[in-house]
Parts: sequence; structure tokens; C-alpha cells
Amino acid sequence: MGKTFAEKILSLKSGRDVCAGDLVTVTPDYCISHENCASISQTFAKLADRVWDPNKIVITLDHTVPAPTADYANNHAIIRHFVKEQGIPNFYDMNRHGGICHQIMCQEAYSAPGRLIVGTDSHTCTSGAMGAFAVGIGRSEMASVWACGEIWLKVPETIRVYVTGALRCGASAKDFILYLVARLGAGGASYKCIEFCGPGIADFSIAERMTICNMGVEMDAKAAVCKPDEKVFAALKAREICGIQPVWADEDAVYCETIEISLADIVPAVAKPDRVDHYAPVDSLGPTAIDQAFLGACTNGRLEDLRIAARILRGRQVAVRTIVMPASCKVLEDALREGIVADLVAAGCTLMPPGCGPCVGACGGVLADGEVCIASSNRNFPGRMGSKKAKIYLASPATVAASALAGEITAWKPEEEA
Amino acid sequence: MTGRVIKYADNVSTDAIIAGKYTKTLDFQELAAHAMEDLDPHFHEKLTQRNIIAAGHYFGCGSSREQAPIALRTAGVACILAKDFSRIFFRNAINVGLCIAECDTDLIDDGDEITYVPGDGKVVNHTKSMEIPVLGLPQIMVDILEAGGLQPYLKSRNGSMEE
Repeated sequence: MGKTFAEKILSLKSGRDVCAGDLVTVTPDYCISHENCASISQTFAKLADRVWDPNKIVITLDHTVPAPTADYANNHAIIRHFVKEQGIPNFYDMNRHGGICHQIMCQEAYSAPGRLIVGTDSHTCTSGAMGAFAVGIGRSEMASVWACGEIWLKVPETIRVYVTGALRCGASAKDFILYLVARLGAGGASYKCIEFCGPGIADFSIAERMTICNMGVEMDAKAAVCKPDEKVFAALKAREICGIQPVWADEDAVYCETIEISLADIVPAVAKPDRVDHYAPVDSLGPTAIDQAFLGACTNGRLEDLRIAARILRGRQVAVRTIVMPASCKVLEDALREGIVADLVAAGCTLMPPGCGPCVGACGGVLADGEVCIASSNRNFPGRMGSKKAKIYLASPATVAASALAGEITAWKPEEEA
Repeated sequence: MTGRVIKYADNVSTDAIIAGKYTKTLDFQELAAHAMEDLDPHFHEKLTQRNIIAAGHYFGCGSSREQAPIALRTAGVACILAKDFSRIFFRNAINVGLCIAECDTDLIDDGDEITYVPGDGKVVNHTKSMEIPVLGLPQIMVDILEAGGLQPYLKSRNGSMEE
């Protein structure tokens, strides 16, 4: 009987022949943490003096940069001290290499086919875009992984999502994943892995696959992964990463559920407040005025996302405050070089430093009581972006940009452009 | 443990349990002070008489923040029962030594007196005079819970997950 991706990679990593439901103890290839490193380092100090392997630990500052309060600044100071003390080379501070942890993991190719990644952030699953098995874990668990280099995992069952067809102009990978989240439901993939494959996935860029895998956790998936291909191998080659042994599911693997979706059926959509699975096609919404638009986050803060927004906003003026936050300094540099930043700023957008503060309501662009925001991020729970009385609609970068122009939620209609 | 129940509905997110703006503190008491702030303004008042949470589906959904179970545990919650939990919250709760179990919480109402002993396989609802079956945990989770959390568990094994 064939094995799923999760069964194969966890068999490989544990050195045992395992199936869904088995428990394994495994050593991750890389561990990722962000500001919660400060808290983890305190728990870690009670367990051990030295981390098991400093080269396997990646740390970024992304949730609260630049530090908006003294408390946050003190946390950053604790992290910088810990990194120095432990000799952790892969530290992404506020400099030209920094960015959101999941962006860094893929951009710098820590995430690669056949690698096992754990991270103290629920969106660690984003790294599935590179063909990695990437799992979000808690702080205590990370402290224990730093100390002993091991974690226990249950081998998950797998949902296979086979994607065919091509997107219609105006629709995007974000609209696809919002549709899938609604179809499976928030929690609909709990404790499961989601495998994405088929010609529709092959046609997506790595950036688009990151958007898709990122929202795996909004269905409570343990991991989400796209079948790795030449696009991934080319990205690895560009980073001079060698010796990668890709892992993928057998043809006769056994799935708990198989779903087939044609991209031709995908339309621009939103997740309405206050749930990620409150799906609605944009064209089905009544007039919905907005107070703020947010383009960024680990879901949609990449060059491709900024590029489509610039295309829509170029030479025009946004009607509401529009916050643009690139996912990394590299994204910002590339966007500057392409003239995207100039277009966005000329259109009235507020450019923020790379990071993800507004999405978690931590800093930079939080919402007031009663305000409505359209956001390219991944969560719209009450209080997520500041006031619990604010409303968040999740959408694609194109919908965010078109809505920013109109001052109300609107799909991008490329055919209507002059 | 035996106690009275505070009942909540489905989809209690970790953002509702402890808002993102409070999560950067390293002080557990401060986390506890803000627990459930947006969801239930009377949470701390209820905790003076009751110490068990029962909820519907998908408790702890969203962010992986471990401060969520820490805030609840530090505030005085002894046990959380739900129809099901978000995956990461479930692991986090066990790892911080917060007792947690899946059962049919439709059979438990706000204010009911219940008893649950981890590993017992059942919740006893004294108010309704009934026993409610509980989903079993993997042995390693029972061991971690019995040790009081992942940290004491690892210490008891000289820093290794396996014996």
C-alpha cells in the first residue's frame, strides 16, 4: 500500500515504517521562531545551557518591528543577547536581510523538499510551498527541541486537493484558498496534512503556493504542501542548495478525502467578519464601505502581490488609508528597483517597514472601534487587528487595491481598464 | 478534579483568549489578568466560584500562541472540556500542564458540577447525574500531563523525549 507525503517523510525522518495515526520522535532540519524567542529562551534556560545545534535554529524579528514600546524593545534585546550567547548564525534582525519568518524560510531556502521544519508560529505551514513538511508548534515544545533536538509528532491523515484548469483574469491564488477554506470549513482539516497537486498547482509560482499553504492552518491543518517541481529546484539552485532529496506521495497513497477543484470556477472573493470560512464572492456583497486597506502579511506581502497592487493603483489615488508592508527587505528592495514602491506611494499608500505587525494587532495600522478593513492577511477574528469592534474582510491583493481605490469592497475588473 | 463549569460556544480563538497586543509580556500574571477580556468581561468574577471551562467545537483556533493556555491556567482554570480543539492549542495545553479533554459538551451546561480525572475515560456530570465518555489521549500526552507539563517531563527524563 502506498504512502502519503506525510507518511513518507515521517518514515524517513524517524527511520521507521509509519502510517497515519502512529507516533514518531524526529529531529527537525530547521526550527523557526520570531519575537517569541524571548519567552522560549527563558523556558530553555531551565532545561539546558546550550542549544542542541545553533545552525538549525532560525530566528527573525517581524511581529513588532521597529519596537513600538519599551517592553517590545526589551524583548528584542533579550533575543539579541540569546542569539549571541548561543552562537546562532541564522538571525534576521532589522537590517537588509530581515523579514517575516515564513518569507525568510522560503526566500533563503531553509525550507526545501524533504525537509522537516517546526516553528513557533501557526503559519509555519507556509513552507509547504517549497515541498517541506512544516508544522507549527508551541513555545514549550520549541524550548525542548532547542534542548534535545527532538519532538514527538503524530503522523497525520491526509486530504488530497487536486487542482486543474486556469484562473480567470482578476482571480488569484488567494481567492482559490479562501474558497477551499470555506469548502472544508475552519477546522475542517484538523490534525491532517493537505497535499496540493495537479496542473493548476504546477502553474502557480512559489509565491502563490506560499499563499495557499499559508492558509492551511486556517483549516487547522497540521501541514500543507505543494508538490515540488522545477520551479522549486530552480529556486534552490539559485541559493546554491545541493543534495536535496525530494519526497512526495506514492501514486497509490491512501487519503481520508480527495477534492478536485478547477481554477476556472474561482472568482474574486472575501472572507467576511469574523470567520475565515465566511466566504462570499466579491460581486455578491452589497455596498461595503471601508476605512482602511492592508496589503502585506505572510499570506500576501510578496513582490508579486505588491506588483499587482501597483498595476491597479498606478497614476490614481486611494480613497482610504492604505498600508503596504513588504514581507521582507528583499521584497522591498526588489519593489524599489521595479518602481513599484514609487507607484504605490504616489497613489497615496503608506509604506511600512517589512514585518507583520498590523495583522496581529501588535503595531502599525491597528483598527479603531467600528472600523472596517480589507486585508490581504489570513485572519479576521474579533480583535485580531486591534479593536474587537472592528471588522476585517480578507481578500486578494488585487481586491485590496481595487477596494482602496473605490473606498468600498470591489473586485479588480481588468477588462474595464482603459 | 471537581468543579463548576463556565460554558462557552464554538470557535473560541486564541485571539479571544488572549489578544495579540498582550502577548509580548513575559509575566504570566499579566497574561492571566487579560484572559478572555474581549469575549467575556465577567470571566474573572466567574472564576471565583468555578474553575472548569466547557466549550463547543474548535476551542483555541487561530494563532499558535502558548500564552493562551498559560493565561487560562494562571487565571485559575483547572480543566477545559470541548467537543474538539484546534491542534496547536491542544498540544500547547498539554505542554503547559493544563488538563484538557474532548467530550460531548452538549451534555454540560453553564454552572454544572462535574468531576474529571485525566486518563479516566469519562467526565461525571453530578448536576445531571450522568457519565460522559472522553476521547483517549496518546500515552506520551498522558505522561507529559502527569509530569505537570513538558518542562518537568523532560527534566524527569534527563532531557530526552524517549526513554
